[in-house]
Amino acid sequence: MNFDELVGNFPALTITGLEQGAIYALVALGYTLVYGVLRLINFAHSEVFMVGTFTALWTWEALGYNQNSPSPAFGPLLLALLAGLAVAAIASAATAVTVELVAYRPLRRRNAPPLAFLITAIGASFVLAESFGIGTARAPFGMPTLIKSETVFTVFGAGVTNVQLLILGVTLVMMVGLDQFVNRSRLGRGIRAVAQDADTAALMGVNKNRVILLVFVLGGIMAGVAALLWNVRYGYTKFNIGFLIGLKAFAAAVLGGIGNLRGALLGGLLLGVAENYAAGLFGGDWKDFTGFVLLVVLLMFRPTGLLGESLGRARA
Amino acid sequence: MLLEIKDLTLLYGRIQALHGISLVVNEGEVVALIGANGAGKTTTMRAISGLRPVAQGSIVFDGTDVTRMRADLRVIRGIGQAPEGRGVFPGMTVIENLEMGAYTRRDRAGIAEDMAMVLDLFPRLAERRKQAGGTLSGGEQQMLAVGRALMARPRLLLLDEPSMGLAPKLIQQIFEIITRINEQGTTILLVEQNAQQALSRAHRGYVLETGRIVKEGTGQELLHDPAVKEAYLGVA
Ligand SMILES: Nc1ncnc2c1ncn2[C@@H]1O[C@H](COP(=O)(O)OP(=O)(O)O)[C@@H](O)[C@H]1O
Ligand SMILES: [Mg+2]
Repeated sequence: MNFDELVGNFPALTITGLEQGAIYALVALGYTLVYGVLRLINFAHSEVFMVGTFTALWTWEALGYNQNSPSPAFGPLLLALLAGLAVAAIASAATAVTVELVAYRPLRRRNAPPLAFLITAIGASFVLAESFGIGTARAPFGMPTLIKSETVFTVFGAGVTNVQLLILGVTLVMMVGLDQFVNRSRLGRGIRAVAQDADTAALMGVNKNRVILLVFVLGGIMAGVAALLWNVRYGYTKFNIGFLIGLKAFAAAVLGGIGNLRGALLGGLLLGVAENYAAGLFGGDWKDFTGFVLLVVLLMFRPTGLLGESLGRARA
Repeated sequence: MLLEIKDLTLLYGRIQALHGISLVVNEGEVVALIGANGAGKTTTMRAISGLRPVAQGSIVFDGTDVTRMRADLRVIRGIGQAPEGRGVFPGMTVIENLEMGAYTRRDRAGIAEDMAMVLDLFPRLAERRKQAGGTLSGGEQQMLAVGRALMARPRLLLLDEPSMGLAPKLIQQIFEIITRINEQGTTILLVEQNAQQALSRAHRGYVLETGRIVKEGTGQELLHDPAVKEAYLGVA
């Protein structure tokens, strides 16, 4: 154990943890939204994220960027980021919606048992990952360096980079936006109604299938945003990139209390930070190990996660 | 005729809950549907609102066959329901629950008007406006369920045991409100185990026994029917 490393690098480990955790949190929202409404773990959500990473990359390539391109000036950079964001969000949302329409809705219509959904979820996940695997020859793909990472300011001796600020800022904006939408808008209230009592929601005139589609769209958009941030920060993707991130995001959702939007944020950040502390303490090999130990231990004490289960609790 | 049900059959898996029931609700009426526990009253309500698919028979609402129509579309046509067990959204405030009742409406002014009307009808709800539905007492939840159904301005209001689990004083109050709502122009189909109250306030009534309508008549006729008296009014 290396306490010196943990103590000495505590601020830096925290910042890196928050940055990684923010990406987990954005992906975790997709699991939590779908679970809240359908009581279903959408295992294909990891591939919804993966599709976002590839489509954002292809957008940049279409705009003429490659791995050797110099980092663009502010104007073209903004354009590249926004175009990548839009394409990734749309592609991820479309993927999520396709999974719902092909893998889940037909089963719901037939009143299939939960186990059948689990199998089609895993099946959809495999089909998506494998079709990208085949299409891309299972190769890893590097990204153009759109933003050169630079330290903007330091806290307690740890540098905070422009990329980290971008990731945390975008995550915060997306979280607040989603929270407001779910709590304040009419459609958001429809989501909460279906999550709390689907039959009664129908008696209020809520179209359940439309709410379900909306939830897949929202989760897909969040995953697309996460994918863009991932590309900017980590600079590569691969057909199976979703596996580990999806698993961690799912763990983050459970950690925070699945079905709870704020829980997804809390769980994601907590997981990201804990992983990095563990990496500091035991070495990098222990990073992935820690998240799941944390999950198991926490669930023993709080079986419904940190913030409990309910989607859309009452406004005070 | 606002609602006409013909030969309705409904299955829960292999269990047949309704064996071909027929009933009619005319515009402006309060119609009571009484019967013992398990007779099929709630099932009938679910069939009318579209929560359960029917096996055979037809449901015609205001001249339109709605037998296979989705539940949320029936709400738009004017069928509102306060379901059995109240179905209050536990994580929404009283106001949010009431707003859910108006989910299909876009007329802001009309919604605000009805909100004021409902809060006036149930002052108790006005006092608890910011409280989560799940933390209300049983009686308050019942008022919320009825008030929420009114927020849709339904043409037909389905009430499933609104008096269940309430203190006698509240029961009296709920029935008075039902009468008042009807006098203001809403047609009501009222399911009750409290047959005395329901029949004395209804224009007409039906008696349901194990999924079959065994008797029908005006409220007064049924109140004085010896068999009804013995089975449902606790009089030998
Ligand atoms: N979801 C269900 N699955 C299977 N059987 C049901 C279900 N709901 C009700 N039943 C059965 O249908 C019959 C009618 O029930 P219900 O309509 O709830 O009666 P009531 O409202 O008159 O008490 C009962 O025998 C009940 O056990
Ligand atoms: Mg009942």
